[in-house]
Amino acid sequence: MWKWLHPYAKAEKSYILSGKLMPWFLALALPTFIVGMVWGLAFAPADYQQGDSFRIIYIHVPAAMMAMGAYSTMAIAAFIGLVWQIRLAEMTVAATAPIGAVYTFIALFTGAAWGKPMWGAWWVWDARLTSELILLFVYLGIIALYNAFSDKVLAGRAASILTLVGVINLPIIHFSVVWWNTLHQGATITKFDKPSMATEMLIPLLIMIVSFAAFLGFMVLYRFRNEILQRESHRPWVIALVKSSSSNDSQGA
Amino acid sequence: MFNAFIQVVRKELLGAFRQQSDILNPIWFFVIVVTLFPLGIGTDPALLARIAPGIIWVAALLAALLSFERLFKDDYIDGSLEQLMLAPHPLTWLVSAKIFAHWLLTGLPILLVSPLLAVFLSLEVNTFWALFLTLLIGTPILSLLGAIGVALTIGLRKGGVLLSLIMLPLSIPILIFSTMAIDAATYGQSYLGLLALLAAMLVAAVTLAPFAIAASLRVSVS
Repeated sequence: MWKWLHPYAKAEKSYILSGKLMPWFLALALPTFIVGMVWGLAFAPADYQQGDSFRIIYIHVPAAMMAMGAYSTMAIAAFIGLVWQIRLAEMTVAATAPIGAVYTFIALFTGAAWGKPMWGAWWVWDARLTSELILLFVYLGIIALYNAFSDKVLAGRAASILTLVGVINLPIIHFSVVWWNTLHQGATITKFDKPSMATEMLIPLLIMIVSFAAFLGFMVLYRFRNEILQRESHRPWVIALVKSSSSNDSQGA
Repeated sequence: MFNAFIQVVRKELLGAFRQQSDILNPIWFFVIVVTLFPLGIGTDPALLARIAPGIIWVAALLAALLSFERLFKDDYIDGSLEQLMLAPHPLTWLVSAKIFAHWLLTGLPILLVSPLLAVFLSLEVNTFWALFLTLLIGTPILSLLGAIGVALTIGLRKGGVLLSLIMLPLSIPILIFSTMAIDAATYGQSYLGLLALLAAMLVAAVTLAPFAIAASLRVSVS
C-alpha cells in the first residue's frame, strides 16, 4: 500500500520531486498574496472600533498560524525521522526551523505594531504574545543546537529530539501563559460555528492564510533541496547535477 | 533492576561527597543571587515580599543550570557513561537513577536553605510553605528537563550557553505555576490546584523525560 512512498526515502528522488513541486507552491503563493494584500489593505471595510489599524491582521494572523504550522510540520517530521530512521525527515526539521522562526518574528513584530495604537504600548505581557515569544525562543534553541554539531546527521537527530520535547511542552507553555495573564482578544476564526468577523473582512484573510501557507511550503522545499545538496555533496548524482547545471548555466539550486 | 538503581544512586552520592565543592558551589550561588536583589532594589519589606517568589524561583533556575554541568559531563569524559549505556539494564532506568541522585545533591539543598531565604526576603509562614512545596515539586522537573538539555549538548565544546538556550524556555511553565501558587498563598487563597498542576507536570516529566534523555545520550555518545 505504501510502496509508492518508498523511493522518496532516497535523497535524489526527493530532490527531484520537491523541485517539481516548488513552482506550484510559488504559483499559488504569489497571486493569492497580491489579491489578499490589495483586497485586505485597500478594499475591505474598516473596523468600526479599530479603524484602519485592524488591517495588520492580514499579515499578523497568517504569520502566527504558520509559525505554529511550521512547528507542527517539524514535529511530525521529527517523529518520522526518529521512529523510522529516515534521514530526509530530519533534514526537513532542519530546513523548516529558520522559516518558522521568521514567521514567528513577523507575528511578534506585527503584533507589537498593532499593540502600539490599540493598547498604547509596543509590548504587553499578554498571554498570546508571550507564548509566541517563547515559541520563538524554542525555535532559536533548535536552530542553535542544529548549528552546534559539526556532524549534520547527529545534528538532525538532536534537533528532532528537541523538537519533540518542545511539542509536548508548547501546549503546556501556552495554557500556563493563558492562565497567567490575558489581554489579547479571543480567537476570531478558529471557532467552528460562526466566525465573529464580517465576511468581507474574512475572505481576504483566508486568502492571505492560503498564500502564507503556500509560501511556507515553497520555502521549506527550497531549503530542503539545499540541505540535501549540502549533505550529499560527495554523491555522484550531486556532482553530476552541479556539473550539468554549471555547463549549460540553466537553474541554480 | 531495582538494585541497579540503588547502585547508581550510591555511586553518584559517593562521588559527590568526595568532591564537595561541586555540590556546595551552586547552593552558594543561589544564596548570593537572592542576596543581590535586596541590595539592588532596596530593603522595603513589602516590596521584597511581593517579588520574593520570582526572585527565588529565577535564582533556583540559574543555580540548577550551573549544577547540570556535572550531571553527565565527567562520566562522558572518563567513559563511564558508555559503560552505563552498555549495562544490561534499560538506559532510561539508569538515567532516572542518575537524575534522582542529582536532585538529592542539588534540589534538596535548595529546599534546605529556603528557610534562610524566607527570612532574608521577609516572607510570612504561609507564603514560605507555598514556596517550600513548589520547590519540592518543581526542582525535580527542572532536573529532568535540564538532563534532556545536558544529554543533547554533552558532546559539544561550547555546550554551556546552548544548554541554557534550550532549557530555560522549556522551564517557563514551572516558573509561572510556582510563582502563581506562592502569590496565591500571599493573598491567603488556596493554592492546592496550582500545586496539583505542578505535580501533574512532574508525573509527565518523570514518565516521558527519561526516554528523551536516553535517546539524546545515544545521539551524543556515538
